Amino acid sequence: MAVTRQKLAVVPADADLSKEDFRIRQLRARDMLRGDLEGEDLEKYVEERVLTTTLDKAVAWARSNALFPATFGLACCAIEMMSIVAARVDVARFGFEAFRASPRQADLLILSGRISIKMAPVVRRIYDQMLEPKWAIAMGACSSSQGLFNNYAIVPADKFMPVDVHVPGCPPRPEALMHGILKLRKMIQDDPDIPWREGHKAHGTEEVIPADEQEAAVNVLLPGPTSGA
Amino acid sequence: MSTDVTRSSEYREMEESITMAPLERLGSNDLDQELLTLNMGPHHPATHGVLRLLVTLDGEVVRDLKPIIGYVHTGIEKTAEDKSYWKAIPAVERMDYLAYYFNAYAFCGATETLLELEVPPRAQYLRVIHMELNRIMSHLVWLGTSALDLGAMSMFWYCFRDRELIMDLFEQSSGQRMHTRYIQVGGVAEDLPRGWAEKLRTFTSQMPSRIDQYKDLLANNEIVLQRLRGICPLAEAELLALGVTGPLLRAAGNPWDLRKATPYCSYDHFDFKIPVGTEGDNWDRFAVRVAELYESVKIIEQAMDGLPEGAWITDDRKVALPPRHELATSMEALIHHFKLVTEGFRVPPGEVYFPIESPRGELGCFVRSDGSSKPARVHMRDPSFVNLQATAPMTEGSYIADLIATLAMLDPVLGGIDR
Repeated sequence: MAVTRQKLAVVPADADLSKEDFRIRQLRARDMLRGDLEGEDLEKYVEERVLTTTLDKAVAWARSNALFPATFGLACCAIEMMSIVAARVDVARFGFEAFRASPRQADLLILSGRISIKMAPVVRRIYDQMLEPKWAIAMGACSSSQGLFNNYAIVPADKFMPVDVHVPGCPPRPEALMHGILKLRKMIQDDPDIPWREGHKAHGTEEVIPADEQEAAVNVLLPGPTSGA
Repeated sequence: MSTDVTRSSEYREMEESITMAPLERLGSNDLDQELLTLNMGPHHPATHGVLRLLVTLDGEVVRDLKPIIGYVHTGIEKTAEDKSYWKAIPAVERMDYLAYYFNAYAFCGATETLLELEVPPRAQYLRVIHMELNRIMSHLVWLGTSALDLGAMSMFWYCFRDRELIMDLFEQSSGQRMHTRYIQVGGVAEDLPRGWAEKLRTFTSQMPSRIDQYKDLLANNEIVLQRLRGICPLAEAELLALGVTGPLLRAAGNPWDLRKATPYCSYDHFDFKIPVGTEGDNWDRFAVRVAELYESVKIIEQAMDGLPEGAWITDDRKVALPPRHELATSMEALIHHFKLVTEGFRVPPGEVYFPIESPRGELGCFVRSDGSSKPARVHMRDPSFVNLQATAPMTEGSYIADLIATLAMLDPVLGGIDR
């Protein structure tokens, strides 16, 4: 299902605040510090001025600092992707070390290598299996622009799925991938609604087994179509 | 919002076109009802890439296994045919992405054979040093990821720590960590930079004790022993019939190593041993590769001790670029530079097969020249591709958990298999 994001706390119109005399605000702040502002007045003050953030931002901050990348290696870049987990670059410093083998537990897909035409549908299916919110990094030249092999076999990731960050290099050094992940973190914090997903019809594509097929999917001995399982 | 899984799309149809029925060669027996066909991959962490296996299981026992490859087919051979010889080296390097120096050398060696080009001794030694460093690097990645498959988490960090030291050396000598394009037709790209030799000495002096530590961690570990010893052996005759080479064949007791059998690149100057196993089981495959790490360190030390002075690339201006300073003073050098960069050098017609010993076995490069500046045909005999055939005979009748361990000890690199 699609995740709807709405602002929960409403900030009062800033127009009034800006017109307010700076000296009056200073005096009010002093009142509050002295304890003169109490009860409902204090509530109103805090509501007007402190809750300037939205729940959205808090959620985005939390999400951006706990990405779970999928354990998904394609080619050469996968070796450098493994290097970011290793001791020198140590992605755990930023909280992204929990690589998940199942796409259903992951929220970051790092396309580490060349994507052939045979592999592209599989990659798209893995992306579809990931639950919202999810992000994708195209690591290296091949998955961004076909790179060195501008030939019949390779397809750039942008052709079939939305990519949030492209990391250049052949392969990019671990520091470069780390930089890309941190860019993505900033992106998630700033604006989680990423419009280019629409172009790839990548919202609400999670695969769920329909109720009438669930029994057959669990027990392989039962007859019935299990294609989605 | 769409949760309809029954929607038909082209890719779904393509995926479903592969039959999941039990394979025919098992024959029809009463057990057919009990057999389960399980799809592993192409997205599976234990397959070391995008290998897809159709496994027919009887309970937990593997009855049959069918590898499906081609998920990273890149058309590298075709791309190489579209570029002049010296521009094809970067494409060829990306085949077996853990053995890029070997790929480059196999191709350059084949081209040099066609050109009948003499390579300076210093260049040969530098190639040996870098190839053996690459072998250590490849084996370290294998050791770290294989141990991870067996559940030994910390090995991964230790191995990648040492891998970073090798990466630093590669970066210093060539400017890139992976796919360095260090080996050129006629020699190598650059002489050793200042301070490199000392750094390499530090590395070679500490590496043997590091390997000792890894052996202590793994070789006396009860779990590792139970997971590897006596698991999935295959006899030497069967391996030879399948064309398997490299550590897999040596684990079965056959000391076939091209560095000794048909020495190339002055490997006959060095004193090293070929580790062999006895049983040909997973334990021997593990032990042979670990023993090879020591031998590679020994080769590197000998090559550094005996590193000859002189040119690091041939002075044949028809093949190798002239030094930069000559361009300002010599018209001839400028013409050579222009011809090499625009058209590349022409290679006399003929064909050649140039085999070398990569970390995974016999890596052969076939090049056919039609006399132009682009190869008419480039083909790699990649050891991973041939060795993968042995998966089914090795694992039939064993547990599916042992299939994972065997695959790890097989050490396939899918970039080399699919090319």
